[in-house]
Amino acid sequence: MCTCNNQSLPYEGDSRLTELLEEYKGQKGALIPLLQKTQSIFGYLPEPALRRIAESLKLPLSQVYGVATFYSQFRLKPQGRHVIKVCQGTACHVRGASRILDRLQRELNIKPGETTEDLRFTIEPVACLGACGLAPVMMVDDEAHGRLTPDVIPKILAKYA
Amino acid sequence: MSTLKKINNFVELRQLREQLKKNYQESLSNEIKIIVGMGTCGIAAGANDVMKAIIDELQRRNINATVMQTGCIGMCAQEPIVEIIRPGEKRVTYGRISPADAKRLIEEHVLQGRIVEDLVVATFEEGHPDETNFYKQQRLVLRNCGHIDPEKIEDYIARDGYMALARVLEQMTPEEVIEEIKASGLRGRGGAGFLTGLKWSFAAKAPGDKKYVICNADEGDPGAFMDRSIMEGDPHSVLEGMLIGAYAIGADEGYIYVRAEYPLAIKRLRTALAQAEEMGLIGKNILGTDFSFTLHIKEGAGAFVCGEETALIASIEGKRGMPRPRPPFPATSGLWGKPTNINNVETWANVPIIIRNGAEWYASIGTETSKGTKVFALTGKVKNTGLVEVPMGITLREIIFDIGGGILKDKKFKAVQIGGPSGGCLPEEKLDLPVDYESLTRAGAIMGSGGLVVMDQNTCMVDVAKFFLNFTRAESCGKCTPCREGIQRMREILQNICKGKGTLEDLDRLETLANTIKDTALCGLGQTAPNPVLTTLRYFREEYEAHIRDKRCPAGICQDLLTYFIQPELCRGCTACVRVCPVGAISGEVRKPHVIDPEKCIKCGSCKETCRFSAIAVK
Ligand SMILES: Cc1cc2nc3c(=O)[nH]c(=O)nc-3n(C[C@H](O)[C@H](O)[C@H](O)COP(=O)(O)O)c2cc1C
Ligand code: FES
Repeated sequence: MCTCNNQSLPYEGDSRLTELLEEYKGQKGALIPLLQKTQSIFGYLPEPALRRIAESLKLPLSQVYGVATFYSQFRLKPQGRHVIKVCQGTACHVRGASRILDRLQRELNIKPGETTEDLRFTIEPVACLGACGLAPVMMVDDEAHGRLTPDVIPKILAKYA
Repeated sequence: MSTLKKINNFVELRQLREQLKKNYQESLSNEIKIIVGMGTCGIAAGANDVMKAIIDELQRRNINATVMQTGCIGMCAQEPIVEIIRPGEKRVTYGRISPADAKRLIEEHVLQGRIVEDLVVATFEEGHPDETNFYKQQRLVLRNCGHIDPEKIEDYIARDGYMALARVLEQMTPEEVIEEIKASGLRGRGGAGFLTGLKWSFAAKAPGDKKYVICNADEGDPGAFMDRSIMEGDPHSVLEGMLIGAYAIGADEGYIYVRAEYPLAIKRLRTALAQAEEMGLIGKNILGTDFSFTLHIKEGAGAFVCGEETALIASIEGKRGMPRPRPPFPATSGLWGKPTNINNVETWANVPIIIRNGAEWYASIGTETSKGTKVFALTGKVKNTGLVEVPMGITLREIIFDIGGGILKDKKFKAVQIGGPSGGCLPEEKLDLPVDYESLTRAGAIMGSGGLVVMDQNTCMVDVAKFFLNFTRAESCGKCTPCREGIQRMREILQNICKGKGTLEDLDRLETLANTIKDTALCGLGQTAPNPVLTTLRYFREEYEAHIRDKRCPAGICQDLLTYFIQPELCRGCTACVRVCPVGAISGEVRKPHVIDPEKCIKCGSCKETCRFSAIAVK
């Protein structure tokens, strides 16, 4: 669960990262949780942070990069203050999910995966949010919105500054 | 959160249960209970606002009532759901409650004792066996969902929680536990339907003093959400199942691997784990015995293939989640090379109730080869979307029409997609198929995780097949060629067909390619990815042919084959469509019929949706 509000750029010796690295030192299977927590500090995975993680876990940077790019959760670019996860799963698809995505793109003037210039929103299509009974569904940050129609999109977006 | 007392032995656990049961019974006779469904579905439908309205209203009127949250009740179509129980009276379930309705419920039902008939979904005699068995359901795994506060271990214990663990530790050897699970006939609910007891016996027999158990909570199949609901609604049942499994195979450590898209499930699991640890039900020398167990919760990072067991293990180890060939199976070489037993959430949640009620009882439910119940997620174009738990062997028709209430807006049923991206689409003539592992496989689908997506006449089957290939192509890890390249080629063929550029030979090519991928891919993802294409080709071939031969999409979905136009006799010239058209493709004088410029039209459908006179048509 990411709070992602903090967009400050990390510098070499960012103390929050130092603390994290300390906490996970010597733990088995630490790489993914470390990336997750790093992302929730910075909102994305900045390159200097990846370097420090690799160094601390004594892993080649290529392996850290490989893991970070394998999983769809990780981002190597800054993301918006609010992430809109818009479901493109089966149940949502048959109940018109593509029209929701279209509307979002038109409202925000960005493509799926992109972030608005003011860093307010990122659109992230996902495969299923597990609220299929209320399809079509999207989730802004950790808050789910169901039974969507294209018309309610502007009203929902207005709630997030 | 109140502090929980450590339970040191079996006697203390039983005493606590008796006490909690008594408290509950007493509370029924002297408290008004208001229960709000606060699973992800409930919240997505607005349960937070309803909860707030209830609390405000109670405060404002100074009413004494217990407000409680619960997990998924299973009736998504009715969310937000509020239940009210007045002392000595029936439990009344209300559906589709708005904050304004909530105030009415308090005024009329809570205060005046008058049931608000127009909002009622169902009424149940509290404690009656039918309480959880509404419609044709038989709720074993979901027995607590919607009845307990998932964030209170006391609620779970009051409903005999952790009694199966006590029974196992006190009276059974690990071998006896395995025999019991074998005798129950329980099969894995994660997809393949492997016999659970048999799997446990492999890990138990594997040499090694360090062993692991894993709960697969990656639930990647879009359209399935039973695992989420179990974790959100009854997390302790998963923990108890894992404890029993760990004891049986000789493991002292376990992991729950949950997908990151389920923040609420993760939160509730963490709460449950902390409570179980505090009470000594997880940790060292559980209930005063030699059995110790530690449990970790791992968040997935978004990769469908990580639901595959070897990929999941790689992911826990901090690597890219790529499957590897088996054998060796995880039972002999799993997490960090140690013997590991991995089961699905629903499989684990079945274990406590089997131990409590006995293998013989469990095996009496279901069919010859598929025992017990299965939870299905009923979604798509069906009236009562939600979770249903039914005995194995019931027909698809009973699930979709009796429990599901039939098709939305009474349109015509076309197909049901079962088993997710690995499954298939079954047509009307297969609706009387009994739902069990074998008969579904014979029809070309699979049980899979139990997602049932219902489709009506407005769903295009070629589009659905393309949809699944988009999914599997994006989720293929890229390790083996048949999956990485083959799915991409199949997808290109389907894209062409949807654009009206396909040929009839393409259909044979698709079939050949599909069968080759099936036979040669490394893991289950690739081996099953062609199923949606193969089943739609088998049951809906004429729809493919319409796209190819007539350049027509009978369901009106494939955009490249559609043209939007305005029927002049119906158009009143209200200009509503002009205003919504994002590309300025519509023109005309006020109060005169308008026209759409086909060159500019992007076929988004906004105009059709907006028109109040149904003047806009598609051909
Ligand atoms: C591509 C792929 C995805 C899978 N996804 C899941 C999943 O999300 N959840 C699950 O429990 N099993 C999933 N499985 C099945 C697991 O590999 C494994 O069989 C299962 O966890 C075993 O548990 P069970 O015996 O209790 O069913 C998947 C398999 C494949 C090939
Ligand atoms: S398919 Fe959209 S929430 Fe599951």
